[in-house]
Amino acid sequence: MAQVEAQDHGLHGHVAPAHSVSHAEGQQHPIKLYLVVWGWLFILSACSYAVDYFALQGYLRWGLILTLMVLKAGLIVAVFMHMAWERLALAYAIIIPPLAILVFVAIMVLESRYTEITRVLAFGAG
Amino acid sequence: MAETTLGHTDHTAPRPQGLRGIVADVSSDQRAFKNVSWGKAMMWIFLLSDTFVFGCFLLSYMTARMSTTVPWPNPSEVFALHLFGRDIPLILIAIMTFVLISSSGTMAMAVNFGYRRDRKKTAILMLLTAALGATFVGMQAFEWTKLITEGVRPWENPWGAAQFGSSFFMITGFHGTHVTIGVIFLLIIARKVWRGDYDTGARGFFTSRRGQYESVEIMGLYWHFVDLVWVFIFAFFYLW
Repeated sequence: MAQVEAQDHGLHGHVAPAHSVSHAEGQQHPIKLYLVVWGWLFILSACSYAVDYFALQGYLRWGLILTLMVLKAGLIVAVFMHMAWERLALAYAIIIPPLAILVFVAIMVLESRYTEITRVLAFGAG
Repeated sequence: MAETTLGHTDHTAPRPQGLRGIVADVSSDQRAFKNVSWGKAMMWIFLLSDTFVFGCFLLSYMTARMSTTVPWPNPSEVFALHLFGRDIPLILIAIMTFVLISSSGTMAMAVNFGYRRDRKKTAILMLLTAALGATFVGMQAFEWTKLITEGVRPWENPWGAAQFGSSFFMITGFHGTHVTIGVIFLLIIARKVWRGDYDTGARGFFTSRRGQYESVEIMGLYWHFVDLVWVFIFAFFYLW
């Protein structure tokens, strides 16, 4: 949370030296933060590669793939793209609409099951 | 007059937080995204639309893979490389992932140094990002060449379901195009940083608006998005 305070400071600090050329500039966080996130992205990617390398199968495989994917995506959006420090109006406007894709996924799962069944029935199994 | 819309924040009164803040921001006149410049807001909205494009590609891939009665080729074997006397599964894709993540890391730091007005470090980190991006595209070209010589076509392949080729070329091709465009723009922005356009507020050749270091962050948003899309492609196409 120190970063949030630092940012707030950055925004308000602009009031005093109003004459300087550079006006308040957002998103100043310590470099260490980015290096830590970078490191975690490496670890998570190595884990998802390990899922394939050790040929895990079934729900364990899919669960791990999805979990690692969501963690990586979250880190990138929240820290690298600075979404964690934006106002909620922007965050919700950007993050909520893609959830509609999940509805689309549900529809297409039903559709492809139907297509597969008709293929099996019309052309024989396999 | 145009300049007023570029400003970051009006510091008049503290704005409400949380859900109440969303309602207040969205229902206020003029601007819903209060402390975000139009450039950044438009980049986010573009990225949102791009999310739907890639979402639809991955969806069509899912539909093709779920509805086919022919077995799907095993990506772990298809993308294996013969190294050190044995087949290592998916190794090229893993290296590409690490290259792209590294480029995201250098980009994030470039944005940071940009806001600190460290011209040299910003430009060098951006050039490094561009170099890593170009490496990624090069490795993708290698991957395409390998698969094409092995007989993968959009309409057939030696291992199974024919839709494998079309999904592969469509998804990775579109992503590679994004990376390529990103590299080009990284070079353009890096040149501007190097020249000091953002220190002097020089006007851009296209929009004639005064340059500022926020351009580096907006460039960064695009670049991180390219990395983000790869996270999903890696999970769904290569690992699944």
